[in-house]
Amino acid sequence: MMDINDLRGLLTAVLLFSFLGLCVWAWSSRRNADFDASAALPLEEDHFMTNSDQESN
Amino acid sequence: MDKTASYNDKVVRQFAIMTVVWGIVGMLVGLIVAAQLIWPQLNFDVPYLTYSRLRPLHTNAVIFAFGGSALFATCYYVVQRTCHVRLMFDKLAAFTFWGWQAIIVLAAITLPLGITQSKEYAELEWPIDLLIAVVWVAFAIVFFTTIGKRRIKHIYVANWFYGAFIITIAVLHIFNNLAIPVTLTKSYSIYTGVVDGMMQWWYGHNAVGFFLTAGFLGMMYYFVPKQAGRPVYSYRLSVVHFWSLIAVYMWAGPHHLHYTSLPDWAQTLGMVFSIILLAPSWGGMINGIMTLSGAWHKLRSDPILKFMIVALSFYGMSTFEGPMMSIKTVNALSHYTNWNIAHVHSGALGWVAMMTIGSLYSLIPRLYNRDSMHSIKLIDVHFWTSTIGVVLYAVPMWIAGVTEGLMWRAVNDDGTLTYSFVESIKAVEPYHAIRLLGGLVFFSGMIIMAYNVWKTISDRKPVPVAVIDPA
Repeated sequence: MMDINDLRGLLTAVLLFSFLGLCVWAWSSRRNADFDASAALPLEEDHFMTNSDQESN
Repeated sequence: MDKTASYNDKVVRQFAIMTVVWGIVGMLVGLIVAAQLIWPQLNFDVPYLTYSRLRPLHTNAVIFAFGGSALFATCYYVVQRTCHVRLMFDKLAAFTFWGWQAIIVLAAITLPLGITQSKEYAELEWPIDLLIAVVWVAFAIVFFTTIGKRRIKHIYVANWFYGAFIITIAVLHIFNNLAIPVTLTKSYSIYTGVVDGMMQWWYGHNAVGFFLTAGFLGMMYYFVPKQAGRPVYSYRLSVVHFWSLIAVYMWAGPHHLHYTSLPDWAQTLGMVFSIILLAPSWGGMINGIMTLSGAWHKLRSDPILKFMIVALSFYGMSTFEGPMMSIKTVNALSHYTNWNIAHVHSGALGWVAMMTIGSLYSLIPRLYNRDSMHSIKLIDVHFWTSTIGVVLYAVPMWIAGVTEGLMWRAVNDDGTLTYSFVESIKAVEPYHAIRLLGGLVFFSGMIIMAYNVWKTISDRKPVPVAVIDPA
């Protein structure tokens, strides 16, 4: 029969494998393009609007 | 003009300016209570000015008014820039600003009056707690609907940290403050005894973990790359760091209750999770510092980057010190001593305040269509006052803490205590004086900042910033 301690053990295993899965997901080369695009976001510069910008909108 | 074509920077400017104002107010109250520890007569026998009432005013002002305003400002700025969309609901965003300021003013009135729930960092009474909950839900609606409208597929890592901060603070605030009101200014917590203690420190430590850590890591993940002009060192590490940090932090609270009536297994659980926390914390610290690899020369000329790197260094030190202090045998020496005050302030001044100051110096010129602050030289002066101030503050408090811990546990051969309590108070008095000096030096930097900010913005009219077209 299962008892609460089996559930505790299972939960630990689930969390451990979730963590390992996360690492595999994050380090997969398929993420390269997405992550590079995201990492570039803070480097974008602001474009201050001129009067003509504001009128054309 | 189509409003959605520009970012909502008005609310960002409001919160950014109030960050400086509340930083000065909160640290000034800190100086007063630090002076009262040396000269108790400084309360002038006025009940509203006693240490017991001003100390929570100081902690609330620096954490929620200064730190909170900085988090609102940068969160609203970052979410728009990294989602390529204007902040949702202008009026609701304005409500979060005015609501948050009203809460701060109410705190500044009620705490000196002695109106308190007596829960650390959750002192405010139930009507103010309700207002906090309403403002916070409005904050969550503004933030998450903006995320929902984003024109970028992936949610940038800074937003994950801000999002975790917003959700977790809502949960912590609501559950720790569940109380039965008896009058407008008095309520009783629904929790009793050790359960109350555990709820309080589940809240208290996660206020550190999610308000003072996750929120400011969001700030770090945007403003450090921005200022360094380089993408974050490892985006992969940031993803793993995020999930492991938020999974582990939630369980560390019991380390505040070592050797109390909290069950022993819960104390040990809190200790173990606190030690594990070192790994994700240092993951974040390393990721921030390594973002400068290849750009280290910029430290020579850019005092803003110096602020950020020293902030990250203090983050690394504090998150090493914290797990160490959570070990029961270390805690037996450190608990209830000034070591805690040293630890808290190396985190709060070294990490939180210096990251905030660096980010504001990066942010404020951008909000007012300027290339940089009025005076780079004054930023450098501020950097040195902050750095010297933190060291002058933390080092004597470390020494005082270890002194107190050793004196309190010293016993004679016959089992009696070697020192009376008052002897330990006398022993730490010189350290209290050096700490006050350190606080004063740090505070002087905030005055320099206020002047520099004023000169940067006083003659400028803000210009709207265009929302970037989706790629």
